[in-house]
Amino acid sequence: MQRIGVFVCHCGTNIAATVDVKAVAEALSHEPGVVISQDYQYMCSESGQDLVKNAIKEHKLTGVVVCSCSPRMHENTFRKAAASVGLNPYLVEIANIREQCSWIHKDIASATDKAVILGKAAVAKVHLNAPLTAGESPVVKRALVIGGGIAGIQTALDIAEAGFDVDIVEKEPTIGGKMAQIDKTFPTLDCAACILTPKMVEAAQNEHITIHSFSEVSDVKGFVGNFTVTIKKKARYVDETKCTGCGLCTEKCPMKKVPNEFNMGLDNRTAVYIPFAQAVPKVATIDPNYCMMLKNGKCGICSKVCSVGAIDYKQTDRFIEQKYGAIVVATGFNPIKPDKYNEFAYSICPDVVTSLELERLMNAAGPNGGTLLRPSDKTHPHTIVFVQCVGSRCDDEKGKPYCSKICCMYTAKHAMLIREKYPDTEVYVFYIDVRTPGKNFDEFYRRAVEQYGVHYIKGMVGKVMPRSDGKIDVQASDLLSNEQLHINADMVVLATAIEPDKTARPLATMLTTQMDTNDFFTEAHPKLRPVESATAGIILSGACQGPKDIPETVAQASAAAAKAIGLLVKNSITCNPCVAHSDELMCNGCSSCEKVCPYGAITYQDKEFRMPDRTTAVRRVASVNPAVCQGCGACTVACPSGAMDLNGFSNSQIMAEVDAICK
Amino acid sequence: MQVNNDFQPVIVAFCCNWCSYAGADLSGTNRLNYPANVKIIRVPCSCRVNPMFILRAFQKGADGVIICGCHPGDCHYTSGNYYTRRRITLLYSMLDFLGIERNRTRLEWVSAAEGAKFAAVMNSFVDEVKKLGPNRRLEDLRCRKQ
Repeated sequence: MQRIGVFVCHCGTNIAATVDVKAVAEALSHEPGVVISQDYQYMCSESGQDLVKNAIKEHKLTGVVVCSCSPRMHENTFRKAAASVGLNPYLVEIANIREQCSWIHKDIASATDKAVILGKAAVAKVHLNAPLTAGESPVVKRALVIGGGIAGIQTALDIAEAGFDVDIVEKEPTIGGKMAQIDKTFPTLDCAACILTPKMVEAAQNEHITIHSFSEVSDVKGFVGNFTVTIKKKARYVDETKCTGCGLCTEKCPMKKVPNEFNMGLDNRTAVYIPFAQAVPKVATIDPNYCMMLKNGKCGICSKVCSVGAIDYKQTDRFIEQKYGAIVVATGFNPIKPDKYNEFAYSICPDVVTSLELERLMNAAGPNGGTLLRPSDKTHPHTIVFVQCVGSRCDDEKGKPYCSKICCMYTAKHAMLIREKYPDTEVYVFYIDVRTPGKNFDEFYRRAVEQYGVHYIKGMVGKVMPRSDGKIDVQASDLLSNEQLHINADMVVLATAIEPDKTARPLATMLTTQMDTNDFFTEAHPKLRPVESATAGIILSGACQGPKDIPETVAQASAAAAKAIGLLVKNSITCNPCVAHSDELMCNGCSSCEKVCPYGAITYQDKEFRMPDRTTAVRRVASVNPAVCQGCGACTVACPSGAMDLNGFSNSQIMAEVDAICK
Repeated sequence: MQVNNDFQPVIVAFCCNWCSYAGADLSGTNRLNYPANVKIIRVPCSCRVNPMFILRAFQKGADGVIICGCHPGDCHYTSGNYYTRRRITLLYSMLDFLGIERNRTRLEWVSAAEGAKFAAVMNSFVDEVKKLGPNRRLEDLRCRKQ
């Protein structure tokens, strides 16, 4: 006879506000086999777990149902609690009455009814749960970092420091990411390249780190500790192993009118190019959209001048497969294109630039060698207007609902740098709020206002109109004095919102991780597990999880590395005992299950059976290798004789749940 | 057709553990509402859903059954959702043969990132089943609530 305990969690008011938890506990106490049914404020707390443990001991429970949050959240917590007092952990079932009940329903009566039904289904299932024993699976001692910006580089360096091999996959021809494009960093005004490029070199030289530049992740299979990843090494038409990065091909290439992505299209590069002088790996790449040899077979100059014969016009995309124990996502961000905002005239006026473009205009390695000149006529701008929150904190469809976090600070930095270098330049900043939470951030902003005399005006820019004399008319309202302002500007800088990289969503699908509606990766817990995703073995690093400045990104990158190392130091991890098994007496050896198994976990053996007439017969029957089976259950449905079943999700268990819900 | 607003259908949703169940959790985390008629059963993969389970649900009085899995190509188990797609296609023709509205059974792909889609799908499915009215033809009268 089963003895089942039911434990209903209030989760503070998360559940109790919409579900009458006492009524749920009362209703479930009448279910067959239930000997104790209790509710408690926080079942996952230590005292809550003690309640469960004591009940298991006191009532000699044979099954436990916890009505609480998602099993993805606390199933393990309660399984461990049960195991600590000698109850097999797989005799615990969770009824999800938070994410799938209290949080989505507003009506208390219907939410309570639903919670009772979900509880009944879990009780019906736990009646049929069997004790299971988990096996062990080895951990591949290698990590993959997707994205080679500062987040990815820092994570890789930290993992390598612990002695594990780590691969960086970067879609661009060089690692470095957005930080490589930045001129100075706030609030210390360090040169970004001076602090980033040594790290890039360190990553390249580290014996544990392999950099796959100009590559993408094209497929991910497997599970924590044992992922199999296919990396697509895109054709760069240059043999990476031969190229010395001398740059002669880039000098001789006749195709010189290619917009230079690294300088935000503000100047041109050649069709064969090295993104910037400190690129890692310092290897040329041929852009097939512009190369005349690749387009119509006429040219071949780079191949002639290359002294090491590295140019290979016949190169194709290559795919390599590698096994990893942990995967760190560090896909970063991009500033949005403000061309949807017609009022800012970005697409029609070259002197309206984004902040990242200004960053390149001011950079010593940028298109003007560090002299700030207007893109249109290469003259020095005397009045510059900065517009904050372009696309951030927006209700409309053009922008993003969130605060991009870094714009207030980098605008203060730009304003300060301009005032320092060109004291004759007037700088206006239009803002909604100035947000400066961070160490030395507010002091930095106040310095911009007080010491450097930057004009901060609380207000919105209504219209930016380029005039025929080359000036830009900026119409704005000052919200504090309630005046309409007209500023005769030479340049306008838009602090554009940042958004996750476009590659993030397809990647999330491949990794089976969660994303929010803005395409930022969702962390396993917003407070307590901020660097892991809810999918085991997938770890998040940097701005792919939310807007971040450089120190926060580096901090999260190191935290992500710590999580990856924590996984890689283990020799094995407990594997899933919820695998398929075949009833040999029912199996007729038809091979249906073998054909659908994606893992090749099913084999056939000849077995001797005693027949009713006391003779013996040899029959061919299926057997499942539990170490290879991943527990999808495809075979259980394919089996015509019902011999195949799945531990933890057996036919009878699911039927019992169906019955309980439909009753 | 006359829509009975008092009719509260019983809806069973089978969600795969890796994508759709996480998508359902995400719609909860984002507080996106859908009707309480939907009750979710967690399965490791949509391919674990035996068409027998669906028929059993109808037999026991369910008015609609929805199966949610990872998008084609994204199955955690590589190919499970392809099996599901084929099996449900076959089930549809059997349901047609039996004269049961095939709209009572639905197969949807919802990823772990698609909390909003999950809620939208559930809202539309509940509306659709409400329009169809109670499931009578497949319901086993011996199972009817007294």
